[in-house]
Amino acid sequence: MHQVFKRPVSLKDVQTHFCPGCHHGTIHRLVAEALDEFGLQQETIGIASIGCSVFLYYYFDIDVIETPHGRAPAVATGVKRARPDRFVFTYQGDGDLAAIGTAEIIHAANRGEHISVVFVNNTTYGMTGGQMAPTTLLGQRTSTSPTGRKPEVEGFPIRMAELLSGLDGVAFSARAAVNTPKNLMDAKKQIKKAFRYQGEGKGFSFVEVLAACPTNWGMNAIEANERVGREMCEYFKLGTFKNTAGL
Amino acid sequence: MAKRLLVRGNEAICRGAIEAGCRYYFGYPITPQNDIPEYMSREMPNVNGVFIQAESEIASVNMVMGAAATGARAMTSSSSPGISLKMEAISYMAGMELPCLIVNISRSGPGLGGIDASQGDYFQAVKGGGHGGYHILVLAPASIQEMYDLTMLAFDLAEIYRIPAMILGDAVVGQMKEPLVPHPRPDRELPAKDWALRGKSGGEQRYIKSLYLGDGELEAHNWKLYAKYQEMKAKESRWEDFLTSDADLIVTGFGSAARIAKTAVMMAREEGLKVGLLRPITLFPFPSAAFAERTLRCKKILDVELNTGQMVEDVRLSVARDAEVHFYGRPSGTGSLPTPEEILGQIKKYY
Amino acid sequence: MPRIEIDELRCKGCALCTIACPKKLIAMSEQINNLGYRPAVFEGTEVQCTGCALCAEMCPDVAIKVFKEQ
Repeated sequence: MHQVFKRPVSLKDVQTHFCPGCHHGTIHRLVAEALDEFGLQQETIGIASIGCSVFLYYYFDIDVIETPHGRAPAVATGVKRARPDRFVFTYQGDGDLAAIGTAEIIHAANRGEHISVVFVNNTTYGMTGGQMAPTTLLGQRTSTSPTGRKPEVEGFPIRMAELLSGLDGVAFSARAAVNTPKNLMDAKKQIKKAFRYQGEGKGFSFVEVLAACPTNWGMNAIEANERVGREMCEYFKLGTFKNTAGL
Repeated sequence: MAKRLLVRGNEAICRGAIEAGCRYYFGYPITPQNDIPEYMSREMPNVNGVFIQAESEIASVNMVMGAAATGARAMTSSSSPGISLKMEAISYMAGMELPCLIVNISRSGPGLGGIDASQGDYFQAVKGGGHGGYHILVLAPASIQEMYDLTMLAFDLAEIYRIPAMILGDAVVGQMKEPLVPHPRPDRELPAKDWALRGKSGGEQRYIKSLYLGDGELEAHNWKLYAKYQEMKAKESRWEDFLTSDADLIVTGFGSAARIAKTAVMMAREEGLKVGLLRPITLFPFPSAAFAERTLRCKKILDVELNTGQMVEDVRLSVARDAEVHFYGRPSGTGSLPTPEEILGQIKKYY
Repeated sequence: MPRIEIDELRCKGCALCTIACPKKLIAMSEQINNLGYRPAVFEGTEVQCTGCALCAEMCPDVAIKVFKEQ
């Protein structure tokens, strides 16, 4: 018998702290698979952020630096400028990237830093207990928008993949999801494309991945997974928003 | 004879940093340190270095974090309000034990304050200006030559102790011109950077972090940092003694205030008063032993600062029990820099 | 014949594999594993499993291995 599906080498064989049905685990695996496929494990420096993604170093068998909240793209800039021969990616959540780290992501993107960014959007602050995020959908109840997000009070969910695609420094920007096998296969391709952009020296690449946070959404894993398709994919359209090299 | 240059203090810092092998500068404009990023933007490309004007003070110091994590010598510079913004990352780097250099050409505060020379950032610099209870190495140059020499020393000590280092200056030492004798970085044995991120490269995984959640982990980490601070105190305290051996009154102060005080001490000597100057060069570690020892004999200390009294707290903790510590300070602002004559008046008051 | 192996000790019982399987060959166990979850169990036969690996792809915990004839 031949094993046709196995754990990627870049992903440690350990139990994660993620809740049942949390898509972080899936996205971790897709990133690790891409690192394996391109033979990057030995030359990668991962940039962890703050939130449920903070433990990158416990789950990936690669060199990692853990950064202050939102600052991963600035730290990645420093790493990549000092070691342009290394593969550098950040892995950030929506609170980290789209709120406190807005300046850092926009300017790293605008400078066209040769880094790749994996952005996990689950419309909430997961680790701190489900507060409202910039990506929280209208009407969505969170622990800090208890009656639902209202546009006149809290503004609108922010579409980072589209926003960044408007910057000349961005070479690749896409949004994917992992809620169905089909979407997951697309997500895999988009992550690999983003990594190819850096590997081939083609500039800044960004992949937003929609993710479920069953615990903070007050849903079981199946319901949360369904919500990604039913609500999130409606507002956050999947697709490629920029692909300058046509990869 | 060695070549002498007439340069500003801020340029001396840049020259010292490049001579020390720093090839990564990340900064953001703020007065009165703008000649540092301007110089670096011009000169870094000539030494195959990297200069980035970041989107903020916060981003620039986090870029330093990234470059430093690869083992490279990296620095940023700013002035007081900008240093406040950098404090988040400085706390992280203290926890991560990352060597790097932060230059504070400080200005007056609080808030936007003003752009005059000030020593209002002493507490912020030496007491751990960010959260969590940590220290960084703080060096206080009082001359253009020291701006150069201490910058080189800062990079070495930062690596030896795996700690962020700060040069704490102000507009006086930053903007004035004095002769500088450039020289190669002194040979100093430096530890291997077996912690630096490089991509596994066939070796063991390395990671750099400041989060410790395991039972007892964070306490152990903090005791380790504490032990490092104690070792620095024992080995790296530096100060300047000027005419202290027979002094009946010792004036103290750091940086630009110490320069003015030194002139006042010389004026006092001309009048036959036995007055000396004890100038801390390292503010952290504070040279407590130097104060303890000198006040066994000399019982009068006059501390002069460009603030309402900050370093004086460390002086009081350091002197012999029966020594008197007097303070003369002026919080800075336009027209508030004390004159040597003014300090001489204070010397005579307490002599 | 293709087959899957579910690591019951890693399974957090999210059940995403059950909706991924085109042939609905995975169900949730009545037993509680050492993490406190009801793990997924393969209930089909090797004849039914095609080794498509969609269950494993969807598993957030990389708890499923898939084997196939060469």
